[in-house]
Amino acid sequence: MSIIIKGQNQLMRKEFLNGARDTFPLLLGAFPFGLIYGTLAVSSGLSVKAALAMSAIVFAGSSQFIAVGLVAAGAPVSIIIVTTFVVNLRHMLYSAALLPELKHFRQLWKIILAFFLTDETFAVAAGRYRKDDDSPFKHIYQLGSSIVMYLNWQFWCAAGLILGSRIPDASAWGLDVAMIVTFIGMTVPYIKTKPMVMAVLTSAVVSLATTQLPYKLGLIVAAAVGIAAGMTVEKLQSVNREFKREKL
Amino acid sequence: MSSFAEIVLILGMMAVTFSIRYVLLAFSGRFSLPDSVEKALRYVPPAVLTAIIFPAVLMPGGEWNLTLNNAYLPAAAGAIIAGFLFPKRVLAASITTGLIVFAIFKVFIR
Repeated sequence: MSIIIKGQNQLMRKEFLNGARDTFPLLLGAFPFGLIYGTLAVSSGLSVKAALAMSAIVFAGSSQFIAVGLVAAGAPVSIIIVTTFVVNLRHMLYSAALLPELKHFRQLWKIILAFFLTDETFAVAAGRYRKDDDSPFKHIYQLGSSIVMYLNWQFWCAAGLILGSRIPDASAWGLDVAMIVTFIGMTVPYIKTKPMVMAVLTSAVVSLATTQLPYKLGLIVAAAVGIAAGMTVEKLQSVNREFKREKL
Repeated sequence: MSSFAEIVLILGMMAVTFSIRYVLLAFSGRFSLPDSVEKALRYVPPAVLTAIIFPAVLMPGGEWNLTLNNAYLPAAAGAIIAGFLFPKRVLAASITTGLIVFAIFKVFIR
């Protein structure tokens, strides 16, 4: 009996460490974001405590970035929360994809793994679940990935906050431009298909036309119209393809 | 931002983010996302980011400014071009180029 338990513990530890190890390359990708987030948070007017707490309990990089940008622009709390919702909606895709693997686990496991679910951990864990060995501890692998992602993010955010508070009057140094060019760097990789070009251009035009709307509502309106425009082009493309196929 | 507003902000952000990540697992497969929603979600990040970038660059401080006094303009243009030129290192290329162009314009043109 005790031998079986010992063997199980070893297996669990192995899964945990493998999950951590396989996430390592992605930690390198996350660290500049953490650093920049911390630096920007200082100049946005968010307190250091709030910026750290946001990393610790929200733990969602891109929405934290956008939240800091909106705080700096003086947007009301309600709009920032709605924007966070919209930006993080993609995580629902991830939990939908993990559902078949996790549905038989206890609620506590689901809560823990859901809290730590990020783009990176999803990518790594999905690879593990796809392998068809019958290890019962693949969720521990996901936990390993989650924990290193979390610690890495907290560390670099704190480092960024220290860095940001060492630079006096960060906004006069143009740290707000750092945010803009970072956002550009995050957007460019998406712009590869016609529907995406359409979505981005439409969102750009609408955002400029709606700056007069109160509570930064223009942001939500522009994003919604942009998404609709992109989906319309995507729909037209597939209708077009159908049409050509029928003619052949 | 007052510390009360900060607490509301962070708790609110946590509530929506955690709910999104957890809701499907909580109800374990009793419903799934419609296809159109899955498609729409892929457009969310670029659409939201663009809606932040454009007004910040073209209308800094809430007023249109398309002159060379507006250093955000060349910085953003540089960041976009560099991003497309270095598809494997988009983030690094955009940030460095954007910051360098911004600094040059601030120093030499103002």
